[in-house]
Amino acid sequence: MNGDNAQPLIACGDVVKVYGSGNAEVHALRGVNLDVYPGELTMLVGPSGCGKTTLLSIVAGILRPTSGGVLALGTELTRLSSWRRTAFRRKNVGFVFQQFNLLPALTAAENAAVPLVIQGYSKRAALRAAKELLGKMGMADRAHNLPGQLSGGQQQRVAIARALVHHPRLLVCDEPTSALDHRTGHTILELLRNIAIEGDRAVIIVTHDSRIFEFADTLARMDDGKIESLERNRTGDRALIA
Amino acid sequence: MSWIALKMLTGNRGKYLGIILGIAFASLLIAQQASIFCGLMLQTSGQIRDIQGASMWVMDPNVQFSDDVKPLSENDLYRVRGVPGVSWAVRLYKGLTRSRLEDGNFQQTILLGLDDATLVGAPPRMILGNVFDLRKPDAVIMDIEGYKLLWPHEEPRVGKRFEMNDHVAEIVGICKVSRTFQTFPVVYTRYTQALEFVPPERKVLSFILAEEVQGVAVDEVCRRIQEQTGLRAVTGRQFEWITMLYFMRKTGIPFNFGITVLLGFIVGTAIAAQTFYLFTIENIKQYGALKAMGAGNWSLMGMILLQAMLVSLIGFGLGIGAATWFGTIATAPGSRLAFYMPPEVFVGTGLAVGAISILSSLLSMQRVMVVEPAVVFQG
Repeated sequence: MNGDNAQPLIACGDVVKVYGSGNAEVHALRGVNLDVYPGELTMLVGPSGCGKTTLLSIVAGILRPTSGGVLALGTELTRLSSWRRTAFRRKNVGFVFQQFNLLPALTAAENAAVPLVIQGYSKRAALRAAKELLGKMGMADRAHNLPGQLSGGQQQRVAIARALVHHPRLLVCDEPTSALDHRTGHTILELLRNIAIEGDRAVIIVTHDSRIFEFADTLARMDDGKIESLERNRTGDRALIA
Repeated sequence: MSWIALKMLTGNRGKYLGIILGIAFASLLIAQQASIFCGLMLQTSGQIRDIQGASMWVMDPNVQFSDDVKPLSENDLYRVRGVPGVSWAVRLYKGLTRSRLEDGNFQQTILLGLDDATLVGAPPRMILGNVFDLRKPDAVIMDIEGYKLLWPHEEPRVGKRFEMNDHVAEIVGICKVSRTFQTFPVVYTRYTQALEFVPPERKVLSFILAEEVQGVAVDEVCRRIQEQTGLRAVTGRQFEWITMLYFMRKTGIPFNFGITVLLGFIVGTAIAAQTFYLFTIENIKQYGALKAMGAGNWSLMGMILLQAMLVSLIGFGLGIGAATWFGTIATAPGSRLAFYMPPEVFVGTGLAVGAISILSSLLSMQRVMVVEPAVVFQG
């Protein structure tokens, strides 16, 4: 997929992000260039405070960079108003959070249905789609369970279902395996890689977990607000992991 | 989004019940205190309502409330009768007198002297005896509560005697009257008889009760009486309001009740707002996640407003229900509590609870408005 003729789904050009002003200025990103391709799993790795999460937030349309450009799905995110960026996220971005961030009072199916409800779907239609997706992820029998009744791995699967239910082209994952044991973490990564390949989606993962680096198609090592190195692990088409 | 908002709210039972209880407490306090205030105000004008049969009250222009008697001259009665549009006009004596019981004890009583010929203003609800027995010599009718106050260990009966101004009065009937603000026994008698029960004065006519000619507006007749006699003429309803407004203006009653109502409002708002805000703070990451997923500020504010409205509605229902239950007990026979809940109290409490709901949700809305969706990426 990441051949010479492939077009990036997201292209970051010389992205700078500065928090605060004057003496309190913090340079979170210092001119980052990164292309993210569809069908690939891109990992942002590096020590705490190196700017991974800031870059992820900018790519997802949550934060606006101080300077530089982010071309995502043909749209220059930096030129969008806050309202349009919200609409962009609603349609094109799926989120998987470190602590899952499932609503504790909602069942697994209801949690997975939330993005569709935000888009204006009826509860019935949203739940139908969510249950179908949970079924595909082997969670059909847990659809009516509350998050508190699910294991960490199961909660993360629900979170992934929630991130995918509205068919976004971009999936951003913040430390998706940090709250999981090694084996469950591997299962989740396999799932995410399949999602990237099957749906021709771009999946961006921020992680500290070096045990999952092997899953990355592109590994961006960051430090002090810059990408120090960019490693590409694949050169041709890959098979889905069964 | 509304079902998500409601599930979020009801999913946290502790906070959900806490907010409802706060609002219910405020609602109860506001409705109950306002109703007691209304009940007390009604008591101040109870005697005006009990005087039935005449549409107009004519009095000295300086009278401020129903117990503020400034006697008129007999000539005033004839002048009122001469005003065009007045069908008839009769005397009414109203005053305080001392009753002396068989055991030598004294008790202040409210004495009402009715027109000898017509008995206009006679008690509307008789328990024992007949109104027309007032025509017997020394005859009086006493209210049941007054009777129980004077003779607490006796069953009410006619034929009982006591003295007023060294004149014997014989009870020929027992009636039921509206409770008065002063709580003294109420004694009805004929006008001429009443003058024997009180020390002599130059002028004794307390009020003139009058009725308009059929087909003429009562307000117009009142205006004519005022114009031609210089006396004040008002309808019974207007006199009730004059009396109630006097007590509202000249006593600390509204202020004292107002403080309690205000406290109920403040405490209710504080409890509801604090609990609701804590609930929002507890869920701030969830709101952040919803924002990240593309929920707009308006949607989230709608969710918070819906949550606030739900708890307010339930709290209001519980509070008003409890206040009504209190009212049922307060107005039961034998109870001495004042309680009257007009529709205005219901509406006013609803508005106050609505204000609590809005104030409570404002803080939460502000917090959710400013939360950055990036908060979800903070460990």
